[in-house]
Amino acid sequence: MPPKPKVPGLIKGLGVTMGTMFRTAKNGANTVQYPHEKETPPIRARGVIALREDNCTACMLCARSCPDWCIYIEGHKQLAPPRRAGGKPRQVNHLDRFDIDYALCMYCGICVEVCPFDALFWSPEYEYSEPRIADLLHDKTKLGEWMETVPEAPELEAGAQKK
Amino acid sequence: MISSVLAVEIPYWGQSLLRVLGGLVAVLLPAGTIVYVFLFKMMSFMQSRLGPMEAGPYGSMQLLAEVSKWLQKEDIIPENADAKIFKIAPIIVLASTFLLVVVVPFGPDAWMTNFQAGVFYALAIGSVSVIGILIAGYSSANKYSYLGGLRAAGQLIAYELPMVLAVVGVVIQAGSMNLQQIVVAQNTQEIFGLDWIGLPFVLTQFVGFLIFMIAVQAELTQAPFDMPIAESELVSGYMTEYSGFRFLIFFIGEFATAGVFAFIASILFLGGWGVPFSWFGWDTIDSIDNWMNVVGPLIMLSKMMLLVGIIMWVRFSYPRFREDQLQRFAWKVLIPVSLANIAITAILKVAF
Repeated sequence: MPPKPKVPGLIKGLGVTMGTMFRTAKNGANTVQYPHEKETPPIRARGVIALREDNCTACMLCARSCPDWCIYIEGHKQLAPPRRAGGKPRQVNHLDRFDIDYALCMYCGICVEVCPFDALFWSPEYEYSEPRIADLLHDKTKLGEWMETVPEAPELEAGAQKK
Repeated sequence: MISSVLAVEIPYWGQSLLRVLGGLVAVLLPAGTIVYVFLFKMMSFMQSRLGPMEAGPYGSMQLLAEVSKWLQKEDIIPENADAKIFKIAPIIVLASTFLLVVVVPFGPDAWMTNFQAGVFYALAIGSVSVIGILIAGYSSANKYSYLGGLRAAGQLIAYELPMVLAVVGVVIQAGSMNLQQIVVAQNTQEIFGLDWIGLPFVLTQFVGFLIFMIAVQAELTQAPFDMPIAESELVSGYMTEYSGFRFLIFFIGEFATAGVFAFIASILFLGGWGVPFSWFGWDTIDSIDNWMNVVGPLIMLSKMMLLVGIIMWVRFSYPRFREDQLQRFAWKVLIPVSLANIAITAILKVAF
């Protein structure tokens, strides 16, 4: 049997709620009044996924690994000018369409993890709700705009190996 | 309200109108205040948040906004429900509250009826709401509502008894069942030779007060006695199928009844509208100055807020009883204790 508490639990419980009430009245609430004041999310918060279009090779790894199938990619192959003078023209994948449907996305972040070319990033931005559900489909221009909100990558730990 | 309020003669229709208006104010004003002060603000602060802040200054118009929202909603009646009874049930619940406030005196002349058996009437009418709740649950054609209605009936009947028995002690001590006489008795007698404090019966009937408040908590189906509307097991109990206007009536009824029961508790145990008569040299109810008709209701209101504050404080702090614990607590603890309280009060009354 646990030891008998000095103050009976029933009285103690009343004390806790009353104490919280006076603390809230004196020091303010733990919550923020959202539309007027905003809480800054932690920099690694999963708010929205941003796309760096230059890095994307339309390899489809993200689209295939997405559990919700909410990434739509279309691309075509085209010839790019050679790197060195006199070389052969290179064949590259050009990205035509890169859409993420945030009505379907469940913010698992597998696409960000799986991207081999560092084209997808997490941004802590969270205010992009829409009155129409179709507007939650962000195209590559909009996803590119989110790049401005992506925070700087934190310093690597001492002794960590950079890939 | 007798024929002359503040020395102005009023015809019979005027008196009736005043009574109706007084009843509306006495029920709806406390209900609104309770909802704002306790449900919106005190509960929020106890949970370290601010509660509604947008509608009006500090969210004070929130209840009006909610009422207009509910009035716009569709009045849904389930297909298999017994429509007539389904519609009438919330009105019975609210009507019992309005009938309850009829016997409550708010001042030496500010009452709606000065009923000789006021305590008996109040306790009898207070249990009419059981019928409303039971038929609300039964007519909804929903098993959750049905279970909630049955639980409510079982609980309200179980806690009606200790409530009545707790009041008997007060009635013995005051020597009257008239609520006005009970107020006078508390303010003319004295305790320990301290004539400035009067004799609020909470001092001599503390056990009765405790039992009464616990029973009121159960009568109002507030936590920890909210088995009938236990949302985690019964959706919302007997209120499950109600929407819009009818749900609003249940909602208002819940807090209006809390206010009216707190009025009655303040009359029975805290001295009601009165101040100790020796302060101003009054000795009987007829010698009281007229301004008590204005100050009395304010004193009642502050005592009501205190008692409802305790009820709500307990409600926001405690988790819910299990159904069998709830019944056992009523029948095995409260009723024997209140019977013992009556016996001891009667012996002491005869002895002194």
